[in-house]
Formats: sequence, C-alpha cells, structure tokens
Amino acid sequence: MVKQRYIFALLGASTIFVVLPVIGVIYLLISRGLPALSWTFLTQPPTHMMKEGGILPAIVGTVYLTIGTAVFALPIGVLAAVYLSEYAKPGRFTRLIRLAIVNLAGVPSVVYGLFGLGLFVMLFRFGASILSGSLTLAILTLPVIITASEEALSAVPQSFREASLALGATKWQTTARVVLPNAISGIITGLILGVGRAAGETAPILFTVAAFYLRDLPRSIYDQAMALPYHLYVLSTQVPNAPPRIQWGTALVLLIIVLGMNLIAASVRTRFRRAKKW
Amino acid sequence: MVTGVPNSISVRDFNVWYGDLHALTNVSIEIPFRDITALIGPSGCGKSTFLRGINRMNDLIPSARSTGEIWIGDRNITAPGTDVVELRKDVGMVFQRPNPFPKSIFDNVAYGPRVHGTTDRSRLSAIVEGSLKRAAIWDEVKDVLHKSAFELSGGQQQRLCIARALAVEPQVMLMDEPASALDPISTLKIEELMHELKKDITIVIVTHNMQQAARVSSFTGFFLSGELIEFDESSVIFTRPHDKRTEDYVTGRFG
Amino acid sequence: MDGAQTRKSFDEELQEMKQDILKMGSVVEEMLAGSVKALRDRDVALADEIIAKDDVVDEYNLTIEQHCLRLLALQQPMARDLRMIAAGLYIIKDVERMGDYALDIAKAAKKLAGMAPVKDLVKIPQMGRIVQRMLHDSLHAFVNHDVEAISEIAREDDEVDALYREVRDEMIALIEGDPKLALRAVELVLVARYLERIADHITNVGERIAYMETGQIRELH
Repeated sequence: MVKQRYIFALLGASTIFVVLPVIGVIYLLISRGLPALSWTFLTQPPTHMMKEGGILPAIVGTVYLTIGTAVFALPIGVLAAVYLSEYAKPGRFTRLIRLAIVNLAGVPSVVYGLFGLGLFVMLFRFGASILSGSLTLAILTLPVIITASEEALSAVPQSFREASLALGATKWQTTARVVLPNAISGIITGLILGVGRAAGETAPILFTVAAFYLRDLPRSIYDQAMALPYHLYVLSTQVPNAPPRIQWGTALVLLIIVLGMNLIAASVRTRFRRAKKW
Repeated sequence: MVTGVPNSISVRDFNVWYGDLHALTNVSIEIPFRDITALIGPSGCGKSTFLRGINRMNDLIPSARSTGEIWIGDRNITAPGTDVVELRKDVGMVFQRPNPFPKSIFDNVAYGPRVHGTTDRSRLSAIVEGSLKRAAIWDEVKDVLHKSAFELSGGQQQRLCIARALAVEPQVMLMDEPASALDPISTLKIEELMHELKKDITIVIVTHNMQQAARVSSFTGFFLSGELIEFDESSVIFTRPHDKRTEDYVTGRFG
Repeated sequence: MDGAQTRKSFDEELQEMKQDILKMGSVVEEMLAGSVKALRDRDVALADEIIAKDDVVDEYNLTIEQHCLRLLALQQPMARDLRMIAAGLYIIKDVERMGDYALDIAKAAKKLAGMAPVKDLVKIPQMGRIVQRMLHDSLHAFVNHDVEAISEIAREDDEVDALYREVRDEMIALIEGDPKLALRAVELVLVARYLERIADHITNVGERIAYMETGQIRELH
C-alpha cells in the first residue's frame, strides 16, 4: 500500500516536470511579449531599422510558407502513405522505402536547408523564393504526414475493404471511396501538426527563402519573403539595440501560431473521433 | 476439366495453400444452381477458405496459392486472366459480422452500382428500392434512407449488407456465417429471406449452426481438416449419413 | 475417438429410454407367456394377474412417449440418434398393442376356464412358444443393435401365420361337427388370431429396428 503511494508520487512528480517547462515558456512569453502586441504590431511592417513598427511581413511570409508546405507535402505524403498502406507488397523494396522515411525524419534541419539551397535555389534555379522555401519545408514535413496518414489508413477496418472488393470494386475505387474518406481526420491531424512544426523552422528557410528585410510584401512565389522564426533570429542577433519587447512579441506571435495549429489539430481529432462510429 | 457442368458450380481438385499450410486438399463438388447449399464442419476445416475461392477473395491474401478449377456454369473462373472485378459482380458475398460502410443507407446500397458506372439518380433510386425490398427491409428503412447505416440494429445491418450485395444483381451469393452474430429472430428472418432469394440466386452458406444448415439447405457438404468428406442432400446428411465422421459430427459426438 | 464425452447426459438419457423400452417389452413377454399358460391350465387367478399387468404396459407407453418427445425438442438429435428416437416411438405403439392382445387372451382364458374343454390344446401353445421367442429375439436385437436376428423373425412370422390357418380350419371342422361347441371354438380361433396379430406387431418392431440401424426402410412381411 505504501509502495503504491510512492509510485503515484513519483509519476505525479514526473508529470509536473514535463509540464513545467511548457508552462514556464508560455508564462515567460506572455509576460514579456504581451505588451508588444497591438494592432500596429500585427499589421505594420518594421520601421526605423526594425527597432519599431510591426512584423506584418514576417507573419505574411510565414503564412505563405505554411500554405506552400501544405500544398506540396499533402498530396505527395498522402499518396505515398496510400501506396505503403494499400498497395505495397511486403518485401525488400518496401522495407527500403520505410527505412528512407525514418531516416528522412532524422535529418537535421540545417541539412535540409543546405539541400534546399543546392537543389531548388541553385540547380532548379528557383532562387531564394517562397517556392524553394515551401519545397524544402515540404520535404521536411513529409515523414510526419506519411506516418500519420499511414496510421490513419491502417486504422480503417479491413472489413470495409473486403466488403467493397466483394462488390466488384477495384482496389483504387475501394481506396478512394471507402478508405481515404474514413482516414481524413487522421490525415488532416497529421498535416496540421506537421505544418505547424514547419512554421517554426529556421534553418531550412535560412538559405532558401528568408530575407532580412523586405520593404514590400511578396507578390509571387518566386519572391523572397520574411518569416517569423528568421525574423526573431535577426532581431535577436543582427539588430543592435533592438527593443527586447519586440523580440518577445515576435516570439509570442510565433508561439501563438504554432500552438494554435496544434490545438486545432487536437480538436479536429477529438471531433472526428466522436463522430466515428466504428 | 474441359468444360463446366451446366446449371452448377463445378469444382475439380481444388487446393489452397497459405504459405506451407495446405488448407484445402483436392476438393471436388458440384453445387446446383438456384438452390441453397450449406457447408458445415468444425473450426479450421477449410470451409470458409473454400467459399472465398468461389469469388477469388483468397487472392487478397499474399501467401495464398491455389490449384484446380472452379467453373460457374460454362465459365472457368480460376483461369488465368479472369476478370476478377467482373466475377465479383456476379458472385456476391455476405460476411459474418455485418459490415456496412460509414455512409447513409442509400449510399450503402448504391455503392455497388455506382462503382460499376451507374450515376443516374433515378436509376439508382430504383435499384436501391428494389434491392432493399428483395432483402425484406424496405418497409423498415424507406423513410430514413439518408440516415447512417450504423443507426440500424445488427440484424437490420446484415439485411442491409444483403441488399447491398443484391444491388449488383449477382447470380451467386456466398454467405459466410451470416447469422452467427445475430439474435434468433433476426436469424430466422434471414433464413426466410434465403428461401425467397433461392428462386433466382444460387446460395452457398457456411455455418457452424447445424440446425440452421438443416433448416435452410437442400444440399450439405461436410468438411474436415481441409477435405470434403461427404456431400449429399441435406435430408440424407442429417438422417443417415454414409461416412462415420459425418455422423459423429452431426450427432455432436466429435472427439 | 472419445466423442462420447461431448454428449454424455444425452447418451445417458438415450440409454434410459432403451432400458424403459426393454422393461416394457419384458412385461409384455410375461403377459404373453402367462396368458397362454392360463388358457392351457384353466388358471383364472393367473389370468387376473395378467389382466392387471396391462396397466403397467400402458403406463410405460405414456412415459416413454413423453421422454422421446422431450428428447426431440431439447436435444436436436440427428442421424442415428434421431432414427433411434423415432424407432422408439413406433416400437412402443406396437408393444402396447401386443399387451392389449395378451390381455384379450387372458380374458378368453377366464371365459373358457368355466366351460368344458373342447380338445387338448396343442397348436395354440405351440404358437405361443414361437411368438414368445420372436418377442424375446426382437428385444435382444433392439438392445444389441443386431440386425441379423430380424430375418429370423420374418421366418417365424410365416410359421405363426400357417399355424393360425390350421387352428382356424380345425375349429371350423369342429363347429360343423357339433354346433354346440361353437362358442368355445370361436373363442379359440380368436385366441389364435390374437397370437397371429402379436406376431405381426413383432415383425413391425423388427422393421423399425432395421431402420434404426441402417436408415433404410425394408418391408419384412
């Protein structure tokens, strides 16, 4: 009986240790960054060598990059997951593919940045642009999306596939009409989580899209853009005498965006889970 | 075999392996059209494997391999190059646990025709109504076709699955223990249904329930350890079977 | 193959049913032997005993029938078991009728005991012995699943039929010779008839036993 209580205490303490840093970070950012938030801050570009003004271009850039990442990562990721889950026959080739995906997840993000630089910026001559940045971030996000999608697909009961095939549907028809629609919630959750992570990456966008300062908002995908993570780095290291308030504010906005996306993902998952009857 | 036997499903020396496991050994049988044939036997005897051979569903299992021939009328369905998709339109299947799609009742029944190219709304409505009537469930669902299939009871869901299978107008219906997950009243309703359906459709049912096999079928096949031991009229199998193993099984004195 | 364990209680009930049929048959055997003896020995007391025994037979008939119906409803018997229970239902009908005929013989014995004997009885006791043997053999075949014994019964039935015709002809001659003997002679013909009918019922039982074993229905008459 006493042993039980020890263990409960131990588990409780561990949980607190895990949660504390998160609470700490949030508290820190809110207390230091909240004063910076204002309508101006969110809708105006930086002025006076970034010592004043707002961070609108960075917000816009991050949004564009997020969308771009999703546009490239989602189709490729989902189709890859479909292949692995529904079509791949167990064997050496399939194991190789899965190994590749696992490895992809382990690549340091700065290496992605260099990769993106070499391939998209230079070889394909897209230059430093939203296009290059999105493509690079997309590759970084692929493992998350593929894994989440595959899990969602395999969670669909085999009995649905059997029923569909027994009616004379082809494998693709079964996948498209029965399996995918029922895996959507898992796929979307994976997408939001993956893209949320990509939004906060600094190294991959360093060489592929991020600009120190742009006067105008980007007008095409071939333009460079500012981005929140890089902007934060810039404010913290490249701008002498940058008001700390602005730095904290930028960090807070980035955090809100990323945390916000995670919360959306969680609620999507919960709502779909309740609606699921199987 | 050079050609099939008219008006029956003819099986000749049918074998199935799962990897190294020899699941079915040299099964030969002639199942008459437009009647009900029951397949009985203890767990693991191969009757479900045999059933799934008739609509080539064993193909879905990567380690499965088969030899021998199965003819439906004058079509050899085990011939290489058989269009399995077309075959499954002609040979429907109902599973042990009702497995309606997470869609509306209407969309469940319309799934088959849609997949095969029917898109005209009025045509689909007619097919859905006809199939639900044939499955003896129309009156219960005609006002709630848009509702999710999961709101139906177990017995209703199974009749819905039968309607869904009927919607593609099969010639043969394979039923793998269709009533084993259902209550007695639903079971009897489905048995009644089978009597009606057998006027146009050949029904092959695998069942653990001997009384059901006796009630429902005209012919019965007894499987044991992957072999077909005896196949005869049900009245013979259940009153004076020829093989002692069959008798031991039907009298419940199986060691 | 120790499948017997899987339906132990059912097997026990089937055994019980068989034993009951055997007991019923034994009582009828007694009635048969006793009634013919009572006739020959002009023993009214014995005849009364026999008459009382018929109630026992009727009781068995009812209880065994109920038992069989219960087994049919509750145990879903198939194949061999089903045939045995169905055979059982028919057999008790035949045995019950045999008991009734033995009862009739006992009544005739009482009647004739009060009158002067017509002649020495030879053929009727002979018929009685054969029929007793037939009954005994049929019960043996039932218990031991012995289909071979059945063919003996068919042959013996022919013997009994022949003897009946002889008795009938004898009595007709007797009546033609002396009409005053008519009452007693007719009783004797009736007794012979009862014995012939008992033999017929035993043949029915034989057919049922063969069906129980083989699943084939074969006429023995």
